This record gives sequence, structure tokens and C-alpha cells, in this order.
Amino acid sequence: MAPPLRPRRRFRRPSVIPGFGLTLGYTLTCLGLIVLLPLAALVVRASGLGLSGIWAVATDPRVASALRVSFGVSALAALTASVFGFLVAWVLTRYEFPGRRLVDAVVDLPFALPTAVAGIALASLYAPNGLVGAQLAKFGIEAAYTPLGIFIAMVFIGLPFAVRTVQPLIVEIDREIEEASATLGAGRLQTLTRVVLPPLIPAVLTGFALAFARGVGEYGSIIFIAGNLPYVSEIAPLLIVIKLSEFDYGGACAIATIMLGISFVTLLAINLIQAWSRRRFGYV
Amino acid sequence: MSEIATELPRPQPASVVTEGGLVRGLLIAVAIVFLALFLVLPLVTVFVQAFAKGWEAYIAAFREPDALSAIRLTLITAAIAVPFNLVFGIMASWAIAKFEFTGKNLLVTLIDLPFSVSPVVSGLIYVLVFGAQGLLGPWLIEHDIQIIFALPGIVLATIFVTFPFVARQLIPLMQEQGTAEEEAALTLGASGWHAFRTVTLPNIRWGLLYSVLLCNARAMGEFGAVSVVSGHIRGLTNTLPLHVEILYNEYNFVASFAVASLLAGLALVTLGLKSLLEWRYAGDIAASGRH
Repeated sequence: MAPPLRPRRRFRRPSVIPGFGLTLGYTLTCLGLIVLLPLAALVVRASGLGLSGIWAVATDPRVASALRVSFGVSALAALTASVFGFLVAWVLTRYEFPGRRLVDAVVDLPFALPTAVAGIALASLYAPNGLVGAQLAKFGIEAAYTPLGIFIAMVFIGLPFAVRTVQPLIVEIDREIEEASATLGAGRLQTLTRVVLPPLIPAVLTGFALAFARGVGEYGSIIFIAGNLPYVSEIAPLLIVIKLSEFDYGGACAIATIMLGISFVTLLAINLIQAWSRRRFGYV
Repeated sequence: MSEIATELPRPQPASVVTEGGLVRGLLIAVAIVFLALFLVLPLVTVFVQAFAKGWEAYIAAFREPDALSAIRLTLITAAIAVPFNLVFGIMASWAIAKFEFTGKNLLVTLIDLPFSVSPVVSGLIYVLVFGAQGLLGPWLIEHDIQIIFALPGIVLATIFVTFPFVARQLIPLMQEQGTAEEEAALTLGASGWHAFRTVTLPNIRWGLLYSVLLCNARAMGEFGAVSVVSGHIRGLTNTLPLHVEILYNEYNFVASFAVASLLAGLALVTLGLKSLLEWRYAGDIAASGRH
């Protein structure tokens, strides 16, 4: 018996619209030259070091400490940003109050404000003689030039990610489900924790991951407030800059590779969360 | 702000599906205090510090030749990087949104890649290619071409960090608009370019403007990536954000914040225009909801 005729697999579905070759060719050329080739240079350089070479750099006490500071503080900051980000998103979508639009616009400030500007502003605010720093000093809290300063800068840059990933989903919640829950005798708190919050968890996790990844890679808004003391408040991106200025390309590549590797795992986690969410709730 | 948002859905007053008045007030207060303390206060600080010694000192910061050359370099960089990414974004979203082909999702992911790379690493990769010890270093030195520590490197790093801005805004928008209108235009005898100009472009113009605004803000404000490739040569390879850093590290705070206030002003204008576009043309900017 002759096998059933199979349609020939095509790379592209036919269309009357012109320009496919030109636009795709241009896109791939730009992507290749601007993004992929330079990133490949990093991979080539790092693979030249070998796993043992990268491991040797990663276990160098100063590098290990910088990685610990970057990832540890960023996780705490992303957690804080997620909690307050959720609160802000909830307040913005659910409550009516004067100036709501203005508050909504303010949330994007860290996206728009250049990181160096945010950096010097935060540093001068939280310095011991600064507006906020002087108040904190009364309680014996030092913010600037300590990991706490790094934390503050990371919350600043991470917050919009936390708000903007959750906000559209709160908008889309079907109010009838809440009404049903209330009609069936659930208290408001019960409705919130059992009906409203569970479907939002994937979005909160995605926001957390985005804020975390951004915090780990952030440079400009942190270096001014961090004080950059080796083993205390030195972040991994700064160490890359230091290695580069010492022409230690290998060391810089090793740190960059470790950071890219962990960012990649974070991205993968985001995709898994979204896939899981799509299966579980039918949306992201 | 007496006017109430039309695009943010208006909360319903039904009592069973909201929190009590006291809780509501408390939550609003916490949110506003948090945002005021963490986001607004730093912005206000920039302007307060910039004018700390009065108008004269503020203006003096811009009389410096180094400041003027930093402004010039930032404008030149944005003037190259933004149009480049504009053209790339339109090309990429045309290919991706108007056609079905294998590997499309991978292509979209790769275009987004620069967003997940640390700014410092973005600079580093160009040093690895074009630096003196880089892959092309010896060849470039032989031909006396300078890329790192010069304008081309700054422009390249800026293009890299702003690479996805236009494309990621336009792709979902153009995907949602489909191809029916273009097909109709083509059937009626329009050329491809004519169909793009008279049908597609008017459909995406607000989304395009929106993404160009954000792309420009980032291009002018980028610090980490540019800092790595610039070499910090005063008056030559210093962009505005780098000039802010140098002045700050020299304890010249008034001048540093004065220059920073220029960038903060740019951020405010960007935010204002962005919000305006979101309120007036919400449906024309993004495919569904906000991103």
C-alpha cells in the first residue's frame, strides 16, 4: 500500500505579502552581528579557560564574596519588591483614590531614570549626612556603603518589574468568582487567600525572577551607594569592571560566564513557571 | 488630579468584593508612602542638590567644555542608535508578525536576549571582540581603526542594550493586527512598500512612537555598558551619565547633580509622554493589556 501523501514540509507558509526575504535577512544579519557574535566571543573566551579555570576564579575568596553579595542581596531585594509590588499593583487596580494615574506613572520611574542618576541620588539620600541616612543613623543603622545600601538600590530598580507583571492579571480577575465565593459564605480574607491569590502566584514568581535577574546584573545605581568594600559590599558586575581595568580578561570572562549561567537558569525558571501556569490556569 | 483614569478599569463599589474602608485606606497609605520614599524622594533629591548653591552654580556646570562635549556625544550616540533600532524593529516585526515560519519563537527569544544580559557584560563582550587583546584587536590595530574607547564602541554598546525595545513592542501589536489589510491593499494593486507606508505604518504609529521614546531614554541614560567600552576620556568619550559619575567622584556634587538633572528631566518628559500615549491610545500601543 502506498504511504499517505504528506504535504512537503515548508520553512515558511506561503503568503502574498512581500518582503519576507529582505526583512528576515536584515533581522538575522543585525541579530548576528550585534548580539550573537559578541556573545559568542564571550563563550569562546570562557571555554578557553575550561571548567577548572572558571571554578578557580569562582572560588577565589574575593570573587566568591562578590557573587554571594550580588545573588544574596538581590534575592532579598526581589522578595521585598515582590511584596510591595503586589500591594502597589492591588491598590492601583482595585481602589479609587485621587492621584491614582499619577501614582501609576510614578511606578515606571526606575525604568526611565538613568541608573547613574538614581545611583548618586540614593547615595546622597542614604549617606550618614543625607536626608534619610541621618534619620537612620539615630537608630544606629548604616545604609550607605554597606550591603543595606545595595539592597535599597536593588529594591528601587526591581519594583517596576514586580508591579507590572502582576498588575494586568489583577485587572483580569473575574469579579464574579469573588462574588460567588462571598455568596457561598466565605469571608473577605478567605476569598482573598483561597480564591484570588492562588492564580496570581505564577505572575508574582515571574516578577520576582525578573527583579532578581535585574538586581544581579545591575551596576550604575548600586556602585555609588555600595561603598564597594572588597569582601563586604562589592558586587559581581563591579568586579568584572575591576578585572577589565587590570587587563585580566580571563577573570572578567569567568565572572561574566557564571553570571550569565545563573541568569540563564533564572530565565528557564520563568519559562517553566509560565508553562506550568498556562497548564494550570490557562494563562500566564 | 480630579480626572479619573479611563483606561485603568474603574474599581466597582460592590461591597462583598472589596476590603473594608479602613483596610483600604491603610493599604493605599502604605503603597503611597512606600513609593514616595523609594521612588519619588531620589528624583526630588536630584533637583534639590542641583540647585543647592543656587541658579548660578547650576548654570556654571553647563559652561564647562567637558559638559558640553558630553551632551554632544550623548546626542550623537542616540541619533545613531535609536534610528538603527527603529529600522531593525520594523524589519524584525514585519518578518515575524506577517509571516509564519519555523524557528520563529527562537528568533523572538534571541532578540530579547540583551534585556537579560547585565549592562557590564554587554560592554565586556565588545571589548572581547574589538579590544586590543580581543578577537579582532590585532587586525584593527594594524589598520589603525579604533572602536573600543571611541565613538563606535559607545554606539555599539548602546545599540546592544536598546536592541529589543522597538521590536518587542511592535511584534505583538502587528501580530494582533493580522495581515488582512495589507492583503487587501496588495490585491488592489499596491506595491509592497506602498502597502507598508499607507496601511501598516498608520496602524502602528503610536506603538512605534511609544517604543522609540523608551528606546531613546535608555540610549541616552545607559551607564554600565558604555562605561566599560568608553575608557572615560574627558571631553572625548564621556557621555552624560559618565560625566555625572566623574563629577560625583571628584566631590563636585552641585555640578554632578546639575548634569544629572538634565537626565532626570529627560526621564520625566519620557514618563509624561509615555503616560499620555497610554491614556489616549491604549489600544494602539500594545496588543493586549500593558507590558
